[in-house]
Amino acid sequence: MAGVRLAARPVAPHGKLTAFDLENRILSPDECLSRCELEALQLARLRQTVARAYERVPHYRDCLRRHGVGPDDVRSLNDIARLPFTTKDDLRDNYPLGMLAVPRENLARVHGSSGTTGKPTFVAYTRTDLDTWARLCARFLTAGCLRPGHLVHIAFGYGLFTGGFGLHAGVEHVGAAIVPAASGNTPRQVTLLHDLGADVLICTPSYAVNIAEVAAAEGIEPSELPLKFAHFGGEPWTEDMRAQIEQAFGIVAFDNYGLSEIIGPGVSGECVYRCGMHIQEDHFLVECVDPDTLEPVAEGDYGELVFTTLTKEAMPILRYRTRDISRLDRSPCACGRTGVRMSRVVGRTDDMLIIRGVNVFPSQIEEALLRVEGTAPQYLIEVDRPGSLDEVTVRVEIRPQDFSDKMSQMQALRDRIDREIHSVTGVRVTVELVEPLTLERYAGKARRVIDRRVTRLQ
Amino acid sequence: MTSGTVISGPRTDADLTLGGFHPASAPDFLPPSVLRSLQLQRLRAIVQRAFDRVPLYRERMRQSGVTPDSLRSLDDVQRLPFTEKTDLRDSYPFGLFASPMSEVVRLHASSGTTGKPTVVAYTREDVEVWASVMVRSFAATGVHRGDIVQNAYGYGLFTGGLGAHYGAEALGATVIPISGGNTDRQIMIMKDFGVTAICCTPSYFVHLIERAAELGVDIKSLPLRIGVFGAEPWTEAMRDHIQASSNLKAFDIYGLSEIIGPGVGIECECQAGLHIFEDHFLMEIIDPSTGLPCPDGVEGELVLTTLSKQAMPIIRYRTHDITAIIPEPCACGRSIRRIRRIGRRSDDMFIIRGVNVFPSQVEAALLAVEGTLPHYQIVLTRDKGLDQMEVQVEVTPEVFGDTIGALERLQRNLAHSIENTLGLRVDIRLVEPHSIQRSEGKAKRVIDRRGETK
Amino acid sequence: MKIPQLSLFLENRPGQLGHPCRELANAGINILTLSLADTQQFGILRLIVRDWKRAKEVLEGAGHVVNVTDVVAIEVPDRPGGMAELMEALESASINIEYMYAFNYRRGNDAAVVIRFDDPDAALAILQKAGFKIVSSTEVFDNMAG
Repeated sequence: MAGVRLAARPVAPHGKLTAFDLENRILSPDECLSRCELEALQLARLRQTVARAYERVPHYRDCLRRHGVGPDDVRSLNDIARLPFTTKDDLRDNYPLGMLAVPRENLARVHGSSGTTGKPTFVAYTRTDLDTWARLCARFLTAGCLRPGHLVHIAFGYGLFTGGFGLHAGVEHVGAAIVPAASGNTPRQVTLLHDLGADVLICTPSYAVNIAEVAAAEGIEPSELPLKFAHFGGEPWTEDMRAQIEQAFGIVAFDNYGLSEIIGPGVSGECVYRCGMHIQEDHFLVECVDPDTLEPVAEGDYGELVFTTLTKEAMPILRYRTRDISRLDRSPCACGRTGVRMSRVVGRTDDMLIIRGVNVFPSQIEEALLRVEGTAPQYLIEVDRPGSLDEVTVRVEIRPQDFSDKMSQMQALRDRIDREIHSVTGVRVTVELVEPLTLERYAGKARRVIDRRVTRLQ
Repeated sequence: MTSGTVISGPRTDADLTLGGFHPASAPDFLPPSVLRSLQLQRLRAIVQRAFDRVPLYRERMRQSGVTPDSLRSLDDVQRLPFTEKTDLRDSYPFGLFASPMSEVVRLHASSGTTGKPTVVAYTREDVEVWASVMVRSFAATGVHRGDIVQNAYGYGLFTGGLGAHYGAEALGATVIPISGGNTDRQIMIMKDFGVTAICCTPSYFVHLIERAAELGVDIKSLPLRIGVFGAEPWTEAMRDHIQASSNLKAFDIYGLSEIIGPGVGIECECQAGLHIFEDHFLMEIIDPSTGLPCPDGVEGELVLTTLSKQAMPIIRYRTHDITAIIPEPCACGRSIRRIRRIGRRSDDMFIIRGVNVFPSQVEAALLAVEGTLPHYQIVLTRDKGLDQMEVQVEVTPEVFGDTIGALERLQRNLAHSIENTLGLRVDIRLVEPHSIQRSEGKAKRVIDRRGETK
Repeated sequence: MKIPQLSLFLENRPGQLGHPCRELANAGINILTLSLADTQQFGILRLIVRDWKRAKEVLEGAGHVVNVTDVVAIEVPDRPGGMAELMEALESASINIEYMYAFNYRRGNDAAVVIRFDDPDAALAILQKAGFKIVSSTEVFDNMAG
């Protein structure tokens, strides 16, 4: 797990970005609080958050009581270690909105993310939460060169997924213009990028590579698109991929991070020095722990990120285990922002896959197969990224009772599996029916996933 | 989402009463004389703006010998030239913009009549006006703060999703931005969250009803009160069916992206025609063949002029939607006038799952794959409430390979090409040569079987 | 050595198969062998006839889409393992089979199969080298059993 440490130099003017474009601009003074001011603010907000969670969320009251901690026991930031963790399972067990800290009618918005089973998990926002979210996204977008007057092409999915809306609100807050392209129909995205002349692209990094490929296929050199820079997030990527995308489009690419359970995008993002993503610590308290012992890792070591929301009204979350492996860098950054910087996410502590920006658990695919076939058949999920886009092939062993000598029936079965998987996961996969007993069996637990992207990433 | 779009004031008890008056609805009740003078004032300003800033309008007005100053009464609008969908295409992408890009905050696009999309622009003020007419739309149907609104319109370049979203949000409702598709999840959310209002196309809601029954979910027992249905024509019979099988009140909403998106007009609780938000949209009904005005109550083509749109004023837009003005006042007390629900169109456009489709677009997509235009036919059906579009394509010797794989590839390529053009998944059926009926050598391109009962 | 085979596109509904057969019958053309591949929507009828050029004209005249493909007919020893040996020879040379069907041909102790290869010439070379008997079109037309 060796990470690349980047030299603390700002992005040099290149591609279509001038020194003026790359000016280090800071949206809010709260991004530059001294450690002492920041910690005082964090402590005050943490105490408030714990008190609200204790008073208003039965799940947290029970948990805190079981741990023998009361809101008054939080006297310093170190006391965070006494609080219970929150996991994805807790959200699921409190489905749909059991963890609200405000009356239901005060909610302005509900978003969702895919869960480990068919039931997705939901998160909720008050009007204030939405405003905070927009401001936080605006902050990292500003850190990454976005200015009023830019035209921004957003190719993230809108809808329950937080990616599209979070960035959309952030761009609006900055005062730039939006082409809400959403995802899909890549040839049309290319047409719009070319004809409308967006300055900024927002999507997943792999989708950017796909756009470049489709553009080239349509006879448009990606570097000739007017794009100047891009903000990518929603899935893990690498420095190699950044270099590849920057070269293809002649742009500068910035990285950002977020997860719906905490707020969505806006948890952290890169500045023009690009030496890690500044966590917006005035709103989120971060810890980096050993996933086995749950003790903090040594300074600068890789571990699992754990976040506590400090200002979320509708749904405060204490010590959320993200399952994302990263590491923290507390050295000062030349941009002046004091928020600790996290490295790219280098892995997960569970079997979650991110397919074209969508979280997919193997258990969801199993559930879809169960719906079609009645009993769980043998299956294998193969994930690859042959060009730019993640491709998933699900191989399913045919059982004698499913077999028909009519090709049409076999095609119908394949199509039904295809539809169920899409319905459960929201992702389109290729279904291949294979002969019985051709998938390798492993003693004990079957190996369900082969992710070839991992080897390609390294 | 912008702070400026919050129209609803502090919460009052009236807001929570079904049918309570929402302050944002005030312009719906302007005295007619005030409304007409407001319209004239705005018409003159917008025509002046179009004349000053949009070469196409200046040119056209000069040709027809009209100047903004010569508009003395609302009837003078008839002296202005029409704008057609093709004008938007021909001026693609920015030719009709009346604001510099630095003032534009949003672009939307719909698929055009042929390859290139149609682009529309909004300033911050335009986005706020849009949200305000959507707030008034929801308020007219009885949606209020505290309602849980499931927005199943597609989000993105299509104006339906974001338009309804901003309106519901500005009204102070809780929005579930579920977007289109994934019917089972829609039903699960409707049930688990106690959704009280839903926005989608009427045919999709019929599909939801049928799927819910299959899943054993009794929609009638849910707290769902209000359905705001639009983006495609529907009938009274369909409303009766929806209301009888779901216990909600179904309202027809009208809009088109060229004008603003959804929120041009809506039914009130009387469900007797759609009120047009006349303070922002000037309506005329014309005879589509002569272009001359029809008297109130007589059916003709709806022509709309935007009265406040800054980024992209549209003068006398030919909607090709056939309707009539209802001259009688509405029992709800609104002074803004009503039109009858749209039953048909004056051109060959059809709407499927909320997407506007011209046969010429399908032709362009087929041509792109095959090189030559094959004989084809578009068959529209409704399966469990959901519109289905099947494109039947005759197999020609040029494209016929002798393996199943090759034919499946052809099918896939045709489907992709159409999806890229329309943004819509359709079924492709390969058929034998000469199996599509010709009349006088030319095939009938669209067969609409959606009205047929199963 | 390759045999011309006619392929017809057919929609998958009742009665579709009868029409081309009747057309050929009316023209006095005998079908030597056929196979039908089905999918949900459509099927492909594959035919071997003696006078394939005329058959093509007849079928096209009747409004069908007709394709001519070269296939290879191979004799297979009529004993256990005969087919396996053929397949092994092809596998070892990584020759891909698009589809195949057995056909109503018999000479001595051998039966025959019709195979469509993506590269028929390469397949022919391999099979001849491995000692398999390739059936020529004349033989096919002359040795039809029954």
